[in-house]
Amino acid sequence: MGIITAISTWLIPCFLLIVLLTATWKRIPAYELFVEGGKEGVKMAFSLLPFLVGMLVAISILRSSGVLEAFIHFISPLLTFIGVPPDIVPLALVRPISGNAALGVTSELIATHGPDSFIGRLASTMQGSTDTTLYILTVYFGAVGIKKMRYAVKVGLLADLVGIIASIIIVTLVFG
Amino acid sequence: MVNLIWAFMAIVGIVYAMFNGTMDEVNKALFESADEAVKLSIGLISILVFWLGIMKIAEEAGILKVLAKLMRPIVVKIFPEIPKDHPAMGYILSNFTANMFGLGNAATPLGIKAMEQMKELSGTDTASRSMITFLAINTAGLTIIPSTIIAIRMQYDSVSPTEIVGTTIIATGISLISALLLDRFFYYRSIRRK
Repeated sequence: MGIITAISTWLIPCFLLIVLLTATWKRIPAYELFVEGGKEGVKMAFSLLPFLVGMLVAISILRSSGVLEAFIHFISPLLTFIGVPPDIVPLALVRPISGNAALGVTSELIATHGPDSFIGRLASTMQGSTDTTLYILTVYFGAVGIKKMRYAVKVGLLADLVGIIASIIIVTLVFG
Repeated sequence: MVNLIWAFMAIVGIVYAMFNGTMDEVNKALFESADEAVKLSIGLISILVFWLGIMKIAEEAGILKVLAKLMRPIVVKIFPEIPKDHPAMGYILSNFTANMFGLGNAATPLGIKAMEQMKELSGTDTASRSMITFLAINTAGLTIIPSTIIAIRMQYDSVSPTEIVGTTIIATGISLISALLLDRFFYYRSIRRK
């Protein structure tokens, strides 16, 4: 499993190297483009802000009232039996519905359990490894006026389920 | 749907707190978590600016185009109903490459263009086989570098913020392959029924 950690560390620096070498070789104004693209990053962070406030507040109400704990305590025997950490359940439920909402749940899990905890790593992997099925279906089919989606919803949601299970297994194997 | 879940979480929490005697904690957590969320968003700026800046260079340098060319032979096989040189194919490829680098904002307009082209091919308001395959791939996700997650991990002082890149790629690969298999399965089932 050492190779997976190695890929994780090397991938980004190597990608940077390739991009900058290509840009220099092709005489592209790398710095100016960087600044131009970076402006979008500022916009993106600010557009995320209301999503994060909304989700973090709602989850903190659940958590601080004690109901989340009670619920997790209630279902944990079943989940532990099949190897699923109970804390991850809210994320698995929200992930296919809204990407930004799921990002809020993920941040909250990382803040509570720590980024290098098992839950922190699992939430990170789960958030990154699948996209927001219902959002994508709504936007893409809506934009071109498709009314009959046929088996699209089934395929998307079942694939999400596989992705969630796969995340749990892989994170357990690599970091467990 | 997300509206219901969101409201439900807050309502259940508040009602539970009434009977559990934890209203003090709820009241405190409300404002603390809002503050936390703002700090988090501000903290995300650094990596998002850096990453989107680099991606802009990659795009202009033609790296995304090279990748699209490399993927072409595979993608042509995945979409048997689209003629090889149809413009839909070009949009599908650029949507995939944009997605791979986490350029969601660039990927969406390209994806919509691809859908328009596929609609012209099919000519009805029923989802065609290619459309569903295209969306199945998009919903499974194609991310190679989950930049936002890395940013959040940095924000919470992770010892190794990027250590989850490997596991993310494998999990993405598995959900992608299963999306394609499920898509094929349901497609053949639907034509057998006719």
